[in-house]
Amino acid sequence: MRYLPLTDADRQDMLSVIGVSSVDDLFVDVPAEARLSGKIAGLPDHASELAVERHMAALARKNLSAGEAPFFLGAGAYRHHVPASVDHLIQRGEFLTAYTPYQPEIAQGTLQVLFEFQTQVARLLGCDVANASMYDGSTACWEAIGMARRITKRGKALLSSGLHPHYVSVARTMAKFTGDALVHEAPRLDAATDIDALIAGIDKDTSCVVIQYPDILGRIADLTPLADAAHEAGALLVAVVTEPVALGACRAPGHMGADIVVGEGQSIGVGLQFGGPYLGLFACKQKYVRQMPGRLCGETVDAAGKRGFVLTLSTREQHIRREKATSNICTNSGLCALAFSIHMTLLGEKGLRELASLNHALAVQAADRLAQVPGVKLLNDSFFNEFTLVLSKDAREVVRNLADKGVLAGVSLGRLFPDAPEIGQGLVVAVTETVTVEDVEALAAALEEELA
Amino acid sequence: MTMLKEGRPTAPQAVTEADAAPATATGNRALMLEEALIFEIGSTDTTGVDFAQAPKVESRLGSLARTEAIGLPGLSEQETVRHYTRLSRQNYAIDLGLFPLGSCTMKHNPRLNEKVARMPGFADLHPLSPQSTVQGALAVIHELAEWLIKLTGMHSVAMSPKAGAHGELCGLLAIRAALEARGDARSVVLVPESAHGTNPATAAFCGYKVEDIPATPDGRVDLEALKARLGPDVAAVMITNPNTCGLFECDMKTISDAVHAAGAFVYCDGANFNAIVGRVRPGDLGVDAMHINLHKTFSTPHGGGGPGSGPVVLSQALAPFAPLPFVERRGDQFVLVEEETAEDHHAQTFGRMVAFHGQMGMFTRALAYILSHGADGLRQVAGDAVLNANYVLRSLDDVLDAPFGKSGPCMHEALFSDKGLAEGFTTLDIAKGLIDEGFHPMTMYFPLVVHGAMLVEPTETESKAALDQFIMALRSLAERAKAGEVALKGAPYYAPRRRLDETLAARKPVLTWTEPQVAQAAE
Repeated sequence: MRYLPLTDADRQDMLSVIGVSSVDDLFVDVPAEARLSGKIAGLPDHASELAVERHMAALARKNLSAGEAPFFLGAGAYRHHVPASVDHLIQRGEFLTAYTPYQPEIAQGTLQVLFEFQTQVARLLGCDVANASMYDGSTACWEAIGMARRITKRGKALLSSGLHPHYVSVARTMAKFTGDALVHEAPRLDAATDIDALIAGIDKDTSCVVIQYPDILGRIADLTPLADAAHEAGALLVAVVTEPVALGACRAPGHMGADIVVGEGQSIGVGLQFGGPYLGLFACKQKYVRQMPGRLCGETVDAAGKRGFVLTLSTREQHIRREKATSNICTNSGLCALAFSIHMTLLGEKGLRELASLNHALAVQAADRLAQVPGVKLLNDSFFNEFTLVLSKDAREVVRNLADKGVLAGVSLGRLFPDAPEIGQGLVVAVTETVTVEDVEALAAALEEELA
Repeated sequence: MTMLKEGRPTAPQAVTEADAAPATATGNRALMLEEALIFEIGSTDTTGVDFAQAPKVESRLGSLARTEAIGLPGLSEQETVRHYTRLSRQNYAIDLGLFPLGSCTMKHNPRLNEKVARMPGFADLHPLSPQSTVQGALAVIHELAEWLIKLTGMHSVAMSPKAGAHGELCGLLAIRAALEARGDARSVVLVPESAHGTNPATAAFCGYKVEDIPATPDGRVDLEALKARLGPDVAAVMITNPNTCGLFECDMKTISDAVHAAGAFVYCDGANFNAIVGRVRPGDLGVDAMHINLHKTFSTPHGGGGPGSGPVVLSQALAPFAPLPFVERRGDQFVLVEEETAEDHHAQTFGRMVAFHGQMGMFTRALAYILSHGADGLRQVAGDAVLNANYVLRSLDDVLDAPFGKSGPCMHEALFSDKGLAEGFTTLDIAKGLIDEGFHPMTMYFPLVVHGAMLVEPTETESKAALDQFIMALRSLAERAKAGEVALKGAPYYAPRRRLDETLAARKPVLTWTEPQVAQAAE
């Protein structure tokens, strides 16, 4: 076995130091009836690197990857070009095979990256502070709702109908056990967001209003009136960003009054990866920092007076507080945070703005072109790089049929909201810098044929 | 003109004051390079990425265009590579040496796994792609799930939890859902004093009152105390096995039977599964739910603090309550069961824990690792991991106090305490001394049931030569700490930083970078 370095001679030497005659003797504390005498039946034996690679490659070939087809899927996961140096750098063993930086003297690399990451995220989202990452956007969203409960001591959260339905499902699952009341309904096929309805729904029991920006249908709206209404009632505004590239072109939620801004950082540096690992972004106003979940990295000095970084405010965390912690989270998403941070450093503000402009321009072109297809209507007045088309028939079927023709058309609202058949004709289409004019023409042609 | 024939010096010349290593103008010390923050070396006008010109269109952003400066510095590609390469060199890592962090299973991360995870058929796949286009990805999830079920002897597995603590949450939510389904509201979860901090945090999050179970003097759960506490209000017992003292809970089956007889469930923290994989199946011990840290036992990289992955194996009693989504095989097709595709037999699911389907990038890596080892290799993994830990324990128990050294062989971790160190010398001093010796410290001050605990987990991927060098270093440090050698209090001396002031960091938190003039104005 290539990963197991002990030789039989080593094992014999070591057993004699220990004073037993076999490795089995080290398992004497396991009751005999629970001890397996040999290897588990029905499973294959070890395999060569070549054999394993062959097996996995065969499985990989059974998938139609985004790069092999005209590709328009978004709805919470976006395909962007990731510069080659990002993947090269995250594969340096000193990053890849390091542990959580609990020994700061020999983890300054990871810690400085986290400090830079926190600053990048706070600035991008328009907040004072950000943490060192969460599992993903959906869990970050739930943690924000819990944090709002702790701050306001109220238990009713209003969830916008434009919030990603998986995020809603996660919150619903957790709320069953924490007793939070969640108010939510499925979106309507309307060009306007539900901000007015949310404002009308805020009352003295409301802990927070949760709104996605851009929302699941791609719509964007000024959050300021919602923030004002929430604050007037003593509630918080939680904004959710699933496409952070948008913030290279669109106003930051934190600058429109959001108290907590969470997001999915996958679209910068991380890649699609069939849904994970992803990167939860979590930022808030300075005054709420001690209620924030997750790890935080802070600046300090060492015994010689040199600047250095450490994990800090851990009195909020489970390994210190145990059952009184702000969250049970232990692991975060360090390597994905590193990828995000490197990609963001390569972009810089200049590159991020160029990337965002390019996405927006290509999306506008594509939306206008696709709206010309008979049987297709563009829902949105406003959008960034994702918009909703209303088709003349159920979009689920269209997506499946187009996939059979090698076009990955978008995400149907029927898949996202199976309980809301009235919006089943909606198709959410994302257009990033990876989409070519030819791809858009291929989609237009396929839609035309399908809807004829 | 005369030719100089003297040449350059080819041997070091005598230095009169050998100790006087002079300061450098840059603060660098040869290969040990200081690195400023991107905010200090970058600029918002610099970018390392080129884009095509955007076509001219009429904006659809309405009034929402972001016009003010964001404050994100950029670096050219070369500067970016250099910045992160320099930073990487300030980290310790498994690739550099032995990483004996107890309870964390820092084993070698094979690079085949990285290669496999990056195959475009896995890495460039959207989670909401039509199911007909992702059959290979669903096959990976299914194949890994089958392995985990067989290795643990359990009924089924929930693959979506994102990390160990998330898996604990999954297990407890399934337990709570199962109790509610039979109309049995229970309020208490019992957790041993030696448990990981995530256990009580998770139980409290799920709305349970947490009560400690004491340990016996030999480091195991006090069976009689546990039995006495069981009753109609107890929902579950959370047990780590092997436990955090490095011992197998030999009464596990008896405990499970008692818990079940009282109508409660057994949650097993699977953080230490590496000690028993291929040799003991938790299903045979009466476990109802156990998370498996793929980033521990199955070697997916820790990445400086995640991402992890924490699938949860479930007993038949809990399986109906498993979270969405999961993968089912129907004939020769794999079906991703989510909201849209759920059928009547999924009616009892407790819901969704996460967007999409879990840590696919970890599944591919873990499956490659498992296939590389096979059933025979995985059994060898546990054997060698336990052998290595016992070798460390018995090679050092003459100089370091091993509080449970007489409780029988340890499993995959060797536990020592600070008993016998000179007055004023602590576990922290030994840990920081290890840094100077070129090792990552062991887990310190955990478990909480041992004073000044030092928990050493060498893992099976260390050679005997590496272990011998580590033992030699730890022996030397133990002797220095017992002798009260003052210099040890100052360690580390040779790391990129000396001991850092964590109190200062917490008292005046500086969590983001601020331009110096702004920071000054604020003071």
